[in-house]
Amino acid sequence: MEMAKQEWKFTTKDIAEKPDLFLSGHRACAGCVPTTVLRLIMKALRGPTIVTQATGCMEVVSSIYPYTSWAVPWLHTAFETAAANASGIEAALKALKRKGRLKHEHVDVIAIAGDGGTYDIGFQALSGAVERGHDFLFVLYDNEAYMNTGIQRSGGTPKGAATTTSPAGTAIPGKLEYKKPIADIMVAHEIPYVATASPYYWRDLLEKVRKGLEVEGPAFLHVLAPCPRGWRSDQAKSIEYSRLAVETCVFPLWEAVNGQYQLSVASKLIALAPQKKRPVTDYLQGQGRFRHLFSPQNKHLLEDFQRITDERWRRLLAKCGVSAKP
Amino acid sequence: MKSVVKQERMALSGDEAVAYAVKQSDVDVVAAYPITPQTIIVERFSEYVANGEVQTEFVCTESEHSALTACLAASVTGARAFTATASAGLALMHEMLFVTSGCRAPVVMAIANRALSAPLNIHGDHSDSMAQRDSGWIQLYAENAQEVYDSIIQAFRIAEDINVLLPVMVGLDGFTLSHTLENVDTLPDEVVKQFIGSRKFPNVLTHEGKMAPFKLDPDNPMTMGPIALPNYYFEFKRQQEEAMKNALSIIKQVNSEYAKISGRSYGNGLIEPYCLEEAEVAAVCLGSTAGTMKTVVDELRAKGVKAGLLRLRTFRPLPVEDLRSALCNVKAVAVMDKCMSFGGNGGPVYHEIRHVLYDADVRPYVVNYIYGLGGRDSTGTAKYLRGSPADSSGKAC
Ligand SMILES: Cc1ncc(C[n+]2csc(CCOP(=O)(O)OP(=O)(O)O)c2C)c(N)n1
Ligand code: SF4
Ligand SMILES: [Mg+2]
Repeated sequence: MEMAKQEWKFTTKDIAEKPDLFLSGHRACAGCVPTTVLRLIMKALRGPTIVTQATGCMEVVSSIYPYTSWAVPWLHTAFETAAANASGIEAALKALKRKGRLKHEHVDVIAIAGDGGTYDIGFQALSGAVERGHDFLFVLYDNEAYMNTGIQRSGGTPKGAATTTSPAGTAIPGKLEYKKPIADIMVAHEIPYVATASPYYWRDLLEKVRKGLEVEGPAFLHVLAPCPRGWRSDQAKSIEYSRLAVETCVFPLWEAVNGQYQLSVASKLIALAPQKKRPVTDYLQGQGRFRHLFSPQNKHLLEDFQRITDERWRRLLAKCGVSAKP
Repeated sequence: MKSVVKQERMALSGDEAVAYAVKQSDVDVVAAYPITPQTIIVERFSEYVANGEVQTEFVCTESEHSALTACLAASVTGARAFTATASAGLALMHEMLFVTSGCRAPVVMAIANRALSAPLNIHGDHSDSMAQRDSGWIQLYAENAQEVYDSIIQAFRIAEDINVLLPVMVGLDGFTLSHTLENVDTLPDEVVKQFIGSRKFPNVLTHEGKMAPFKLDPDNPMTMGPIALPNYYFEFKRQQEEAMKNALSIIKQVNSEYAKISGRSYGNGLIEPYCLEEAEVAAVCLGSTAGTMKTVVDELRAKGVKAGLLRLRTFRPLPVEDLRSALCNVKAVAVMDKCMSFGGNGGPVYHEIRHVLYDADVRPYVVNYIYGLGGRDSTGTAKYLRGSPADSSGKAC
């Protein structure tokens, strides 16, 4: 399907002028990037939209009755249900339209969930919903742990990270398992659009949201969203981490349109000039959840972090048809 | 004044009666997942969809959890939504049952009542829906396929009444009703459509300070399913309880309005007494067992025993006053439960009846019988009424 050339442009001026649909006054921590992600997503809407969200930090901070941060119709039902909510909303819109009872020509549907609500408990509903082909955009804001309940590990927590259910102890040094390649798993569902994004590259993020909305059928957007509370990192550096994750290739930016992988600009530049690829320690340093990796007895874990990052990067380059340079 | 319309007699199993009623009810979204003995409902409905006989959006979900969730989400988007399940499927929905009622989504669901595992058993009893007693759903139990058909149609009216706005379960006994072919008189499509009408939405105050219909609408943004702290949570629950109380009169009203077009009613919609006047002994039961029990009552009456029956059609909301006035003059009441409350003092229906009668001026003897678990035959029902009230204490029959 032709996905090229969008007429829309997200210039700084456009974005600044567009009224916010995710409003301030919510209860998130200072330096919370997930809220930045929500605000950005809401800048990329193209028309009437219904948003539905899984239980998690972003739901809890934005909907404390009788207050709300949502200037669009918004639904929360449970932790594992974001994609099932979207299925029901989309089915209702279709039926109402067919029966001539829908006021709008079209209504977009966006489902939002954290890593817990996506990789883990919400995965069955997500896999089922995209298999059924519902027309919706699923946005995963990935802060790499269950933050709402106090920083427990998820399938999206990187290996080595300390969480409250994978603490860095004397016998076990943090989480033992690798981060699940969720976006690749979504590509394997053969859906029309999958992409990764990072809010430091905000225009790229907005464009991907818009593409995900424009595509017919399910779209999946994986956004890395640093959480200073859970990452034990400086509140002032959250956006910097969202840049470092890309520059170290820990979280490369790409999109897969109808299964065709292609690197997005920020990561493509690194692929073309590999000397720009920074060591993972640049990203890990300063994050309290990885502090123990820097002690001498855990040197092998740090090396393993670099190794898996490189290996995944190589595999991605191959999928994008870029030959790996040393 | 409406009058009884000409009807078409069809041979339908209980499940087919559900599917047919849903087909006529102008349902927008059906989301469901197969499980015995409910499966025929979704299969028949799939045929209607495949043959273009309905305009419904049919979502064949990957689980019952998602089926109910999709119905709930469709419902708050403004659609009329239906699902059906049984046993393990209902148990899997447990979490979302509360969310559905809490979101005030008038979803209608048929339950082909079936035992719960373990051991695995596909046959009829009430363990599945009784375990969902406190989930905030209205619960109706049908006696035969005709009532199944009628109750599904009524359920949409009850659920969507703006003084109620609560989800409704209609129970039909697994196999006894779900799979047994019966004659069912069906109303013309147009009559059903008119009886239910289009979905109504109460106007509520949005955060923008506007009054707008209670649904997800891009023109009137509303935040649904928020987090509510102790200061507000209790208010939501209190309103739900008031809606349940409102449902008592709405169910009665719908029952009598339906009688006008169909010629059929089920007691007052809440309870159905049978030979209860001047009865000395009476049984209380739900669902298809009432059919057997009516025969037993007739036999006993023929022998000079003043026996009667009360069929509880509406288990939630519990028609407390109706139950008390119907049973308070009986000497002994045998309450029949097709469900066990492990370690409790009798089954769930027994708890309610005995509790209701506690406030009667003269309290009847009330005994409990647990029967028919996992589909065990209940033909020996006569003895429930013959046994002396004092000597039986809920032993398995
Ligand atoms: C069925 C169920 N299990 C557990 C919970 C408790 N719970 C609520 S939010 C949450 C974690 C959310 O994690 P994630 O999806 O990563 O979002 P985050 O809070 O990190 O933004 C958990 C475990 C729940 N609400 N429902
Ligand atoms: S815990 Fe993390 S994700 Fe949650 S509000 Fe705070 S910074 Fe944001
Ligand atoms: Mg998380």
